[in-house]
Amino acid sequence: MSMTMTQEIIAEHCGGGEVKAGEIVLADVDVILANDITAPVSIRELERHGINKVHDADKIALVMDHFVPCKDIKAAQQCLEVRRFAREHKIKNFFDAGDMGIEHALLPEKGIVGSGDLVVGADSHTCTYGAMGAFSTGMGSTDIAFAMATGKTWLKVPSAIRFVLKNKPAEWIGGKDIILYIIGKIGVDGAGYKSMEFCGDGVSHLSMDDRFTIANMAIEAGAKNGIFETDEKTAEYESGIRARTVERKIGAGALYEAEYEIDLSALRTVVSKPHSPENVCFTDELDETAVDQVVIGSCTNGRLSDLEIAAKVFEGRRVHENCRAIIIPATQKIYLDALKSGAIETFINAGCVVSTPTCGPCLGGHMGILAKGERAVSTTNRNFVGRMGHPESEVYLAGPAVAAASAIEGKIVPPEKVMGGYEK
Amino acid sequence: MKVKGKVIKYGGDVNTDVIIPARYLNTADEKELALHCMEDLDRDFQKKLRGGDIIAAGKNFGCGSSREHAPIAIKASGVACVIAVDFARIFYRNAINIGLPILECPKAANECDEGDEIEIDFESGAIHNVTKGKLYKSMPFPGFIRDIVKKGGLMKIAKEFDGGAGK
Ligand code: SF4
Repeated sequence: MSMTMTQEIIAEHCGGGEVKAGEIVLADVDVILANDITAPVSIRELERHGINKVHDADKIALVMDHFVPCKDIKAAQQCLEVRRFAREHKIKNFFDAGDMGIEHALLPEKGIVGSGDLVVGADSHTCTYGAMGAFSTGMGSTDIAFAMATGKTWLKVPSAIRFVLKNKPAEWIGGKDIILYIIGKIGVDGAGYKSMEFCGDGVSHLSMDDRFTIANMAIEAGAKNGIFETDEKTAEYESGIRARTVERKIGAGALYEAEYEIDLSALRTVVSKPHSPENVCFTDELDETAVDQVVIGSCTNGRLSDLEIAAKVFEGRRVHENCRAIIIPATQKIYLDALKSGAIETFINAGCVVSTPTCGPCLGGHMGILAKGERAVSTTNRNFVGRMGHPESEVYLAGPAVAAASAIEGKIVPPEKVMGGYEK
Repeated sequence: MKVKGKVIKYGGDVNTDVIIPARYLNTADEKELALHCMEDLDRDFQKKLRGGDIIAAGKNFGCGSSREHAPIAIKASGVACVIAVDFARIFYRNAINIGLPILECPKAANECDEGDEIEIDFESGAIHNVTKGKLYKSMPFPGFIRDIVKKGGLMKIAKEFDGGAGK
C-alpha cells in the first residue's frame, strides 16, 4: 500500500479501499468539536436550514473555553445559546465552567478522542490529536454544522511530508522547540494543505505532552493535520481512558512529497519573534529583549509536564520586578495534579498569577491583555499582530522553560541562564 | 454572474486574527463583525469601502484561526470577491460554505494595484483588470466544490442526506 498514515485513516472512514492525494471524499466522522465562539455559528446554521436533529449526539463535544468563565455579557449570551442546544439535543460531552478545560487538552484526557479516530473541530488547533495517531483537522462552523447534521465531512485527501526525528534532545529542549524550529525551516505555508507525519527513533524520547505540542502547531505550518506513529507511550496514555489503541505506523511503501530529518540532539531552545510563528531564532541569539508579561498555558503548553518544567525554573526564585507571570493549567485535572505536585505553590511563592483553565490571553480574550507597546513571552501558538491585546503589542512564542526563565530575568533568556550551564 | 469593483490590496499571509480580531468574537452578528473587519491590518479599510469592492492579496490568505467570522465579516462589509495567490485551507472551505466569492489567480492578484477597476465573470472565471487592460483566467473549482457553490452553500447539501439531517 502506498498510503500515508493520514490517508489510511481517511480510507478506513469511507468504506475501506484506497484513497489518493487530491481526491475528494465523503468520510464518516468519529468526533465533532466546537467551542463557545464557533458553536453558536454552527447552531445558527442548523436552525437557519430548519435542521432540528443531530445525526449522533454522542459524537458531539462542546467545550466552553475561550471566554469562559464568561468575560462579558455578550460572551455569556453565546454560552447560553450553546448550553441550551446541548440540553435540547442531550449532548453529554458538554463542558462548561467548572469541568471544562481547554478543548485540545480536555478531549484526549477524557478519552473522547484517540488513536485511529477521524476528528473534525471548529477550531484550527483540532490537529492536536494527531499526537495520539488520530486524523484530526480544523474547519469552520458551517462544516461542523454539516457534520453534526450528517455524521460526515467532505475532505480533499492530502499528500504528506515526512519528518524523521532522530536522537535524544538535550535537557531543556521540548516539543515547542522542535515544532518552532520546523516551522522556522519550512515557513507558515510550508506544509499547506498537506499532512505532517512524524516518525523516527527521536519520537520515543518525546513525552505525549511533547507530541501534543508538536501536533498542535502543525496548523502554524499551514498543514491540514499532524500525526505521530503510535508506540508504548501512546498505549500507556490511552490505557484506562480508551477501549484500545489502534496501532499506526508508516508503511514501507508510503509515498511522501518530501522528507526532513531533524537531529533533536543538536537543537537549542528557540523563540519565534513577532509577528509570525516562522520568525524563529535561537534564544541565545537575542540580546537584552525586555519582557513585560509571561504567559504559560494554552492548548500548546498548558499540560502537567509543561507546568512542572516551569516550576523547576521558578523554584526558589522570584518573577522579575518589571514583569508579570500568568500561569494557566489547561484543564481542571492538570490544575489538581499541579496542586498535588507542589507546582502551583511554587508559582504563587514566585509571584506568579495562577488562573482557572481558560484560553484567556492566548487569543487576546481576557486574563492578561497587553497594553500598547508591551511585550510578552508566551507558550501559546500565535504571535500575530494584536493576538494578545493592543495591535502595537508584541508576542514572542517559546516553550515553558524559556518562558519561566524570561519571567525571572525580565528579559528573554535561555533556561540555562537561570539554571546554570550557560555559555555564550 | 458578473461583478465590477475597485481593488483594495494586501500582501501575503493575511491571517484571520487581523481580518477579525478575537476581542470581537463575543458576537456572531455579521453587521457588528463587519464594523471591525481588517481593523488590525488596515485602519482605513472602512473608509476605502465603496460597495462591491475586490480584495486582492498574496499567498496563504486567511491563515491561522478557523473562525468563520473572518469570511462573514468580509462578506458583510460588502466585498464582492477576494482574489488571492492562494488561500489557507480552512478559510477556503469557510468562504465556499458561506458563499463569499473567492478566486485563486496569482497573476491577477500580483499585477493589480490599489484602486484598479476589476470586472469578474464568475461563470467563466475570467478576471478583467479594466484599469490595466489585462485579462486573466482564475483556477477553476473542483467539481464537488462547484456543486456546493451552485446549490448555494454546504448546508443545502446536508438536507439531502437520509436519516441524518431530518426535519
Ligand atoms: S488556547 Fe489559544 S490556540 Fe488553543 S484553543 Fe484556546 S485560543 Fe485557541
